[in-house]
Amino acid sequence: MKVSIEINGTTVSEEVEDRTLLVHFVREQAGLTATNIGCDTTSCGACTVLLDGESVKSCTVLAAQADGHAVTTLEGLRGEDGDLHPLQRAFREEHGLQCGFCTPGMIMASASLLDHNPKPTRQEVRDGLEGNLCRCTGYHNIVNAVMNASGQEVTR
Amino acid sequence: MIPVEFAYRRVSSVDQALAAVAEHGDDAKLLAGGQSLLPLMKLRFAAPEVVIDIGPLEELRYVRAEGGEIAVGAMTRYHDLHHDPVLAEHAPMLAHVAGSVGDQQVRHRGTIGGSLVHADPAADLPAAILAVDGVLVARGPAGERRIPASEFFQGPFETPLAPDELLTEVRVPVQDGAGWAFEKFTRRAIDWAIVGVVVAGDAVSLINVGGTPLRASATEAALAGGASAAEAAALAAEGTSPADEAHATAEYRQHLARVLTERALVAAGR
Repeated sequence: MKVSIEINGTTVSEEVEDRTLLVHFVREQAGLTATNIGCDTTSCGACTVLLDGESVKSCTVLAAQADGHAVTTLEGLRGEDGDLHPLQRAFREEHGLQCGFCTPGMIMASASLLDHNPKPTRQEVRDGLEGNLCRCTGYHNIVNAVMNASGQEVTR
Repeated sequence: MIPVEFAYRRVSSVDQALAAVAEHGDDAKLLAGGQSLLPLMKLRFAAPEVVIDIGPLEELRYVRAEGGEIAVGAMTRYHDLHHDPVLAEHAPMLAHVAGSVGDQQVRHRGTIGGSLVHADPAADLPAAILAVDGVLVARGPAGERRIPASEFFQGPFETPLAPDELLTEVRVPVQDGAGWAFEKFTRRAIDWAIVGVVVAGDAVSLINVGGTPLRASATEAALAGGASAAEAAALAAEGTSPADEAHATAEYRQHLARVLTERALVAAGR
């Protein structure tokens, strides 16, 4: 079927199999490879993107379900000055990544979390990111990064 | 992992959905939020020939107070239930349980109707609806029918809905002032319950101690007879038949049912 998705502000229209997953459409049709495929079983959150502004696991959404909708991937995040988004800057400043594989998903899940709750507590950050796994177990600095990005004091 | 090939169809009204299921019958599956169906299709435990996407059915996304009842549209997402002001006022237990399902991303997609018709005995919402004596409203070629939750969950993944019926609404009595609590024991934050307990007023229901969500009848009877929380909770595993598998033995699940029931009763003020 023909699927058209506005990805990071640009409409991508491609003929794909009906069973195509959103994550494959993003990586293969749109050529945007920041979004990783981790567990492929709705557990790890590495494939998290924003669908109409809300975080979803793109391995568990059909491309067809996103037809006519808007998707944002890590490549689509920008700060107001066109440079790094506050979450990207904060993950770098706080060393919120080790191997980096979970990072795109962590940042997109954090973006959705901060959209609903702009000043979360540390516990709310941990609860909000429960659907994202870091196999390096670097959670402490990830929480620091989200607190930093939300303009709050980072208590170590 | 990708599903077996299927034909995707999208519908934009309840009438179109009913026409589509009437046409395809057993060969089709309705796709709501997809957070249970798509994983099953990727694992190839499910392989429908036709997938009918009811995602666009905005007419089934609502929470309304109607007299002494709350009506919830079947396509209302967990995220919306969790933050709904009507539920916060009249059925805070339901809002809380919806906010405990899966994770943020799953709650942005998954729907109450999808969870109920999937009828997974390890799922949270079915036990919550059973605890409050909810009524499920379905539409089919013969019109609308109402099915009490106590008759809806017939076995693991088994409900009385026919292939040409669509769940449209869930109705629950207003829970104003009733004590409530939810206890869920999981290995990781986002896992299904190994065992869970919902307390809503005088009702106690159990997650994952049998093929369907179950009311803890012996516990409820003991409470009605004036038993303490501890005395009533000691009876919570009566009549249960939990699965014996890698994550937990049946005996351990029954132990958890008693422990979590006592915690939930105390938290609910019993």
